[in-house]
Amino acid sequence: MSAVIAEHGHDDHHDDHAHGPEKGWLRWIITTNHKDIGTLYLLFALAMFFVGGAMAMIIRAELFEPGMQFVNPQFFNSMTTMHALVMVFGAVMPAFVGLANWMIPMMIGAPDMALPRMNNMSFWMLVAGVLLLASTLFMEGGAPAGGWTLYPPLVLQTGKALPFAIFSVHLLGISSIMGAINIIATILNMRAPAMTLMKMPLFVWTWLITGFLLIAIMPVFAGAVTMLLTDKFFHTSFFDAAGGGDPVLYQHIFWFFGHPEVYVMILPTFGVASTIIPVFARKPLFGYSSMVYATASIAFLSFIVWAHHMFTVGLPISGELYFMYATMLIAIPTGVKVFNWTATMWKGAMTFETPMLFSIAFVVLFTLGGFTGLMMSVAPVDFQYHDTYFIVAHFHYTLVPASVFILMAAGYYWLPKWTGHMYNEKIGQLHFWLSAISVNVLFFPQHFLGLAGMPRRIPDYAIQFADWNMVSSIGGFIFGVSQLLFLWIVIDTIKGGTGEKVTDEVWEDAHKHGLEWTLPSPPPYHTFTTPPTVIPCDHD
Amino acid sequence: MSTSNTTYYIPHKATWPVLATAGLVTTLAGFANYLNGSSIGSTLMVAGLTIFIVMLAGWFTLQSTESESGMYNHGVGISYRMGMMWFIFSEIMFFAVFFGTLWYTRNLSVPWLGGAGSNAATHALLWPSFDAVWPTNGPGNVGGHFEPMGAFGLPLLNTLLLLTSGVTCTWAHHGLIAKNRKQLIQGLAATVGLGFLFVLCQAIEYHEAYTEMGLTLGSGIYGSTFFMLTGFHGFHVCVGAIILSVVLFRSWKGHFSPENHFAFEAAAWYWHFVDVVWLGLFIFVYLM
Ligand code: HEM
Ligand SMILES: [Cu+2]
Repeated sequence: MSAVIAEHGHDDHHDDHAHGPEKGWLRWIITTNHKDIGTLYLLFALAMFFVGGAMAMIIRAELFEPGMQFVNPQFFNSMTTMHALVMVFGAVMPAFVGLANWMIPMMIGAPDMALPRMNNMSFWMLVAGVLLLASTLFMEGGAPAGGWTLYPPLVLQTGKALPFAIFSVHLLGISSIMGAINIIATILNMRAPAMTLMKMPLFVWTWLITGFLLIAIMPVFAGAVTMLLTDKFFHTSFFDAAGGGDPVLYQHIFWFFGHPEVYVMILPTFGVASTIIPVFARKPLFGYSSMVYATASIAFLSFIVWAHHMFTVGLPISGELYFMYATMLIAIPTGVKVFNWTATMWKGAMTFETPMLFSIAFVVLFTLGGFTGLMMSVAPVDFQYHDTYFIVAHFHYTLVPASVFILMAAGYYWLPKWTGHMYNEKIGQLHFWLSAISVNVLFFPQHFLGLAGMPRRIPDYAIQFADWNMVSSIGGFIFGVSQLLFLWIVIDTIKGGTGEKVTDEVWEDAHKHGLEWTLPSPPPYHTFTTPPTVIPCDHD
Repeated sequence: MSTSNTTYYIPHKATWPVLATAGLVTTLAGFANYLNGSSIGSTLMVAGLTIFIVMLAGWFTLQSTESESGMYNHGVGISYRMGMMWFIFSEIMFFAVFFGTLWYTRNLSVPWLGGAGSNAATHALLWPSFDAVWPTNGPGNVGGHFEPMGAFGLPLLNTLLLLTSGVTCTWAHHGLIAKNRKQLIQGLAATVGLGFLFVLCQAIEYHEAYTEMGLTLGSGIYGSTFFMLTGFHGFHVCVGAIILSVVLFRSWKGHFSPENHFAFEAAAWYWHFVDVVWLGLFIFVYLM
């Protein structure tokens, strides 16, 4: 170990690379190790997945039948709002940051993240932000209930929770920005010399671009909620027409953040899918460079399409037209990606282990979500779809059987590497089939409900929507319960799994696809203290 | 021994980040309680800020000790520089929100309230007597009568102050490169001095606005955008001046070399960024 580390590290043993972790629980608080922090992020995200999931169960229970059953309307609205905020900011985003922490240094041959102390801070800021948000559940006036978009003037009627929710957004923003800066600096500055940009695994590429998106949009969201705060407490008129402001302005700012935000959740998803599919198709990824360019184009386009969320708000007609056509353009790079995944599998020697099953389901079901997106991008037709269950179906298809499925796939794919143990394949497959079937039972009928005119964010509904709501709720309960299998898998694998000792490459010939598979399973606390010289590259 | 480990410094534990989080979340929870009219609010805020300030002092000291003992090589320096650059980019996006708000209200929403575009009916039915000219506090005359802030008194002086401070900052940098410590310290001291002078002028301007011109944060959209933009900028000037003071203190202690002076560069970049934002403000808020 080098002299510089000894000074602030453990002075007792400075002879080896295997600089072990701190002893005891303190390790997890003060750690600067990318693997520790990755683990913290992933476990936190998993916990939040179940918290957000519990809220979804409350929503689906209330909607099981028409009429009011379990909760009052105010609390129901709090549940839809908090479910979205917890899932987006507490589960999906942190889970991908966790994967980035664990995998990016190992994928690019770096000894750790570029800014390890800041890495620790971004995790704790996340926890602080989510705690502040969760605390609003217990406040006078209840948790925010105006929807996750926090539109004024409605959201300004929130009780004591409002400033807490706003500051929570600030903390989550700080956390995301610091995380993103760290990831970008790591990718641009810490690659092994032989790891050129166009050799990087797509997961790394997609995170590089996602990092840029995050730094560009989180401050915008912070600015928007700051104006909510001053409108409420300091007499400003940003969103008040009487003072010359405009509530629609909030929507513009929010969606300037919000649309790229949905790509923050989907781009790393694309990256993981592009990493897993070639391994189980036993072929190099088809169209590597077009994948990189498609990702960059999607990111660019995501900044100029935001008002497709506002077609019905009364935009000038030129605005409607522009945002309609611009939105449709996104389908092109997205199509390139779907084509490439399919072409990668084409004539491949495929096997169907759990990670691959989830990835294939992702390709199919994400495409479905993309199609409904395309339908809604047609401005005049969106007047029918907007704020109905159709859009709820759209974005759940792009988020649950896409982002969440790929997170599951990533879990199955890398758990053996992280723990050195094999997960139980039978339970994994069971988890997959239960999830894949129930997720469609859950969300597919919501298309029908939306087309028939059922509005979103309501605790009660007209009698003609009863049947499909019941079906949807049943799907929801099965989906929710099935996820306990994943929890079981994670715990079981950490504790030893099937007992079978996995090899370094875990999956057949995986070492051809990524540097992480050249390391032992589980990898030592510090890896690539010497940069690797031979870089596997699974494309031409 | 391994090359990258001897070259890239990776700290093995860190206590300041958790403290930073604790300080910040306590401050914010305190502020939220304060806004809700709860009596523990201000106590929490003071406690949180105290933790935060102690943290800042501790963390900066740690970084400067490590830097001076040569633990940061070229690679670490690049990471720090990238970190600072992307941080400034995030700040630019933050200010962009408020500049965008100003643009939107002046060019779209206020004219619409006056009946522009296809909004004739809005105007005729809701606010027929509203005259959509900038500056405005809206059809509701929110906050009552006010006078807009002119450009050629204190604001012009402030522009000169900040531009000069940009020059003195660069002059200090030249001193650092040329190993002329006196020039470094004088340049930095002048920069910090000009920065605080700017803040003082701004305070006088605000005082005049509130006491003599009837212009407050509550003066409709003009007051909102004016104080939000200049206020956040003024806050950034304070932060920048404090960072520069730390750099000044370190220069006086003999820190930094022509090859190794990330802290100086970061502070200088930040200062130039604050400077450029001011130019935007001067043009779009005061002049136009
Ligand atoms: C082919 C690409 C896509 C297109 C053309 C598209 C289009 C749209 C449109 C037009 C809306 C607004 C509908 C309305 O409010 O009436 C919408 C909403 C939404 N989309 Fe997409 N979308 C696409 C992909 C995605 C992806 C990849 C995600 C997330 C991973 C996503 C997440 C969402 C969310 C969360 C909303 C609803 C936000 C809300 O109102 O709460 N979309 N999409
Ligand atoms: Cu969108």
